[in-house]
Amino acid sequence: MNQVERSTVVGSQSVPQQHGKSSADRSEIHRKLLTPNKSHMFGDLSGRVITLLCAGLLIVVTLSITYFIASKGIATFAFDGVSLSEFLSSSKWDPEDEPAQFGAFSYILGSFIVTVIAALIAAPLGIGAAIFMTEIAPNFGKKVLKPVVELLVGIPSVVYGYVGLTLLVPLIRDSFNVLGFSLLAGGIVLSIMILPTVTSVATDAIETVSQDLRNASLALGATRWQTIWNVVLHSAMPGCLTAVVLGMARAFGEALAVQMVIGNTTKLPGSLLDPTSTLTSGITLNMGNTIPGTAYNNALWSMGLLLLIMSFLFIVLIRILGRKKMV
Amino acid sequence: MKKFSSVFMACVMSVGLLLTGCGQTAQQPAAQQGQQEQAGTTTPETPAVDSTPVTAVGSTAIQPLAEQAAKLFMEKNPGAQIQVQGGGSGTGLSQVSGGAATVGNSDIFAEEKKGIPAAELVDHKVAVVGMVAAANPQVGVDNLTKDQLVGIFTGKITNWKEVGGADQKITLVNRPKSSGTRATFIKFALGGAEEAEGITEDSSGTVRKIIAETPGAIGYLGTSYINESVKGLKLDGVEATVENITTNTYPVWAYQHMYTKGEPTGTAKAFLEFMASDDVKKIITELGYIPGDEMKVERDAEGKITQK
Repeated sequence: MNQVERSTVVGSQSVPQQHGKSSADRSEIHRKLLTPNKSHMFGDLSGRVITLLCAGLLIVVTLSITYFIASKGIATFAFDGVSLSEFLSSSKWDPEDEPAQFGAFSYILGSFIVTVIAALIAAPLGIGAAIFMTEIAPNFGKKVLKPVVELLVGIPSVVYGYVGLTLLVPLIRDSFNVLGFSLLAGGIVLSIMILPTVTSVATDAIETVSQDLRNASLALGATRWQTIWNVVLHSAMPGCLTAVVLGMARAFGEALAVQMVIGNTTKLPGSLLDPTSTLTSGITLNMGNTIPGTAYNNALWSMGLLLLIMSFLFIVLIRILGRKKMV
Repeated sequence: MKKFSSVFMACVMSVGLLLTGCGQTAQQPAAQQGQQEQAGTTTPETPAVDSTPVTAVGSTAIQPLAEQAAKLFMEKNPGAQIQVQGGGSGTGLSQVSGGAATVGNSDIFAEEKKGIPAAELVDHKVAVVGMVAAANPQVGVDNLTKDQLVGIFTGKITNWKEVGGADQKITLVNRPKSSGTRATFIKFALGGAEEAEGITEDSSGTVRKIIAETPGAIGYLGTSYINESVKGLKLDGVEATVENITTNTYPVWAYQHMYTKGEPTGTAKAFLEFMASDDVKKIITELGYIPGDEMKVERDAEGKITQK
């Protein structure tokens, strides 16, 4: 160790003085490059260990959260004697009753419908904004539209919910002469929340479309819009779909904003203007009042497990879409 | 090399600091226990206060009261640490029985929650809150009989004109199934009848906002939440006043409980005794609750009423 370090010190002093003058020095540099340097090796090793620890921690945390939620969520079916098919398909939810009923279908349906509404609204808006930002007015898009979209990300979900409760719910109430708390209100609030996700991911997807394709299309005599519609959007399609699925994953898991505008009625909705519940709002409203270890609390964990499984499915879907190449 | 050694030094120092920190906390209670014993011999009424943090977790209904009382208590007893947290009655009860919290706040009796070892817990009834059926001011009704109230909340009566009000559809605003407020209202206002499904919100502030803004809406609120934006309805002609509640003439009220696991000691004991003091009574009244000792009747977990 001492020898090597000393020679390193000597080498580093001598190199600048006689740089490139003699072949002896060159062989000295050559030797230095080829001899293992202990301190560098140590740095390498510690760097590797630290990053490995970070990665390992991430994996351990993910696995243990999954295990924890799964063990709690499965307890409903394993110990409390609730049948899985009743949980998934019945809409009778009365955990405090005798006998208790755990039909979570109205929660599940509510979650899916608001997610689909949000995607249906946010997909055209988000992809449209992405096209405008990349193809039509890149300068304005980068300078104004992008910061504005990013600003939307920063608004906390409780604020979205409060705005929805104060503006959207009365608006729906007055225009349709209904209660106002509804699937529609939940879907609209969520669509605004996922718009930034959809827009920014779609923008990235459209930006990666090769300029050659655009040039070729224009050279064939296609108009600008024909190029955008048939060539650019077509090749960016998997990326745009990924954007929408990512947005849906976020919408599916959002709790607070939806809870404030959906009404949280544990009943199957008759129309888009009816109130209903979502999995997340069911969990947040009852979590604090139930006792850990009771069937009621376990049923809430089962709903959490269902959310986790759904988000895994969304991730799988995104992976499949990411593998697809349209060109 | 240098960087690594400095990181190492920092680690060693922080561990050292941690250790000394632990040493201090371990020493302090012992020292204070001595004090406490001394205090115990001279003035048995006021238990000594030490710096062991007391956490009071649970019901959001008691939270504002507990927070104000804790603030005042810490002003009067420098060095005492009381942390008040929300989380809901279920959280409070399970945390206090599990030992994670010193005090568990609940708006229902521990006996009423399944899965709680109620026998291990000691109940401290700090206040009483009345609950009122509250309606949108435009429904044109200010009194309901119990039968009408049950009819409305079970979904049999669907229009306000059926109870002598305006021709307006009734919209129910409920609490979640696990809520203590809901349990109390069902038990004492609806005689145990299960509510029909309606808009469900947990926070009293949101419930009030919805009732105030939705035509034909009815829900229930603690008396402290009634203001000019919603109308508190009389039940069988009886208004939810302090006199009517203390005599149980108006029967829809609930205790606000603070539970401890076993008899409280140290700061927790002092704090719970402080909750019954005149200083806190002032806060209780200001916040729209009723101090526990003003009640002329007593109610047990089964709902049985005895005259005091």
